[in-house]
Amino acid sequence: MKSHYPLVIIGAGPAGLAAATTASEHGIETALLDEQPAPGGQIYRNIESMPTQRAELLGSEYQRGEKLVQLMRSSNTHYFSDASVWSLNGQLELGVLHQGRAHLIHADQVIIAGGAQERPVPFPGWTLPGVMNAGAGQILLKQSGLVPSDGVVLAGSGPLLLLLAWQYLNAGVDVKAVLDVQPMSNWLRAAPYLPKALLAHHYITKGLRYKRDLKAAGVLTRHGVKDLRAIGGGHVQAVDYIHRNKLYSIKTPLLLTHFGVIPQTHLSRAASCAHEWNTAQQCWRPVNDVWGATDIKGISVAGDNAGIGGARTAEHNGRLAAFNAIHQMGHISQGERDKKAKKDLRWMKDELLIRPFLDAMFRPPSIMLTHPTDEEILCRCEEVTAGDIRKVLEEGHQTPNAVKFHTRCGMGPCQGRQCADSVAQLIAYETGTNPRDIEPYRVRPPVKPITIGQLAGMEQNSEE
Amino acid sequence: MFKRLEENPTETVMVEIEGTSVRVPAGESVAAVALAHGLIHTRTTTISGKPRAPYCMMGVCFDCLVEIDGKPNRQACMIKVAEGMRIRRQHGAGE
Repeated sequence: MKSHYPLVIIGAGPAGLAAATTASEHGIETALLDEQPAPGGQIYRNIESMPTQRAELLGSEYQRGEKLVQLMRSSNTHYFSDASVWSLNGQLELGVLHQGRAHLIHADQVIIAGGAQERPVPFPGWTLPGVMNAGAGQILLKQSGLVPSDGVVLAGSGPLLLLLAWQYLNAGVDVKAVLDVQPMSNWLRAAPYLPKALLAHHYITKGLRYKRDLKAAGVLTRHGVKDLRAIGGGHVQAVDYIHRNKLYSIKTPLLLTHFGVIPQTHLSRAASCAHEWNTAQQCWRPVNDVWGATDIKGISVAGDNAGIGGARTAEHNGRLAAFNAIHQMGHISQGERDKKAKKDLRWMKDELLIRPFLDAMFRPPSIMLTHPTDEEILCRCEEVTAGDIRKVLEEGHQTPNAVKFHTRCGMGPCQGRQCADSVAQLIAYETGTNPRDIEPYRVRPPVKPITIGQLAGMEQNSEE
Repeated sequence: MFKRLEENPTETVMVEIEGTSVRVPAGESVAAVALAHGLIHTRTTTISGKPRAPYCMMGVCFDCLVEIDGKPNRQACMIKVAEGMRIRRQHGAGE
């Protein structure tokens, strides 16, 4: 790894791959840093070494990643796997841990394409072993060919839930139930966006196909589920829920939940980029324009990291950010940039047709986002409950940073990744404010784990 | 909880999970082999000592912290298995 690259791209998912390929094709010396052992991001994880049979299970959408990765591999991109970025500042200096060794590198342009994480939504029992994110289930399937052996209940909202249920069905897994927590009121919220969304109907037809197949296979599907609970002592044993005012219980050793995804903002925060609360997507995201440019010169964001748009949009985002970076570095004029980006800009316009519908349709119920019961754990690391937080709110400590100081909420190893949004939403609800007026946790490097020994051994100038 | 779709992986390594020697496919994460081995929980929490297991599998939740080759606080979902690796549950802060 060198100590300087004109362009550094963080994350080798669809956005990072497209950005790196585009920049390299234009003769820009580009470093692509990714913390996974192989390129593809979460969506195309393990794409290069996927057994054929498993690839078929995952569907044609997954196989799209193969070409993206090939194009990056055959470009001149300097790709580094097992490279986690633990620091980024406004001077475009990056702290990188690559195969156990710490490096400090400089860039003229940085594109953050670190993707999304699943939206953490607390509910009773969500910390029990045997309760996992649906995305985790999918990672186990893609990376290791692991599927539930004794049945699974899927619960939550969002397209991934249906997709995973469908993939499991194809793999012969006993899908005990799909519990959809979307309130019926989401239909009302989404309805005004439907006519425009139908113009970009490929998303919707796909979802309907999964639903049809699940129904044909006799998978129990419940809509408008309330009061989701994971029951068990050392391990989940059952899932309780209320449907049409009646309490149900399903025995299961595994509950996979999904409540949509949110941008991973730790790096853009560490770099002091401005962030805004996005009401439609119920999460923070870096303030950025159509090129992904943030308010910090030279730093842009792309893909789900810039705001949730999904894998296809991420490719276009990545190219837009790359074209702009190439322009910023003086290699192409503004006119050339706009001309090259024409197709990608058109895609973004279409995306704006469908996204508001999806955001409204799949929004998790407010009751789960804003007012968890007192005994629910918000901070999984430090085991801080909603009740603990309400107590300090009553004492007058009414910002996430004050709550953190008084309860240790957000101070554990995950550095607030699992509680930042729920704490802000709880505070907003309890104090009658809007999350957009709340200052989130301050984020300080290192944003990824690094030992003192690794830091001390940092190499500033090393060869590739 | 989990089973493998395909048997007979081409390349394998030997690891030790809670003292038991297990042959596992090369290239997999520590968290995946722990789950496939049936390790119900992989750590206990610092505050209340409650059991936890891998949750996100993508490096953001830090619930899969385990002890690898005597070193605590290793992210099991982000670390690949290696020949002879000793994997143990982490109790509390692991100190």
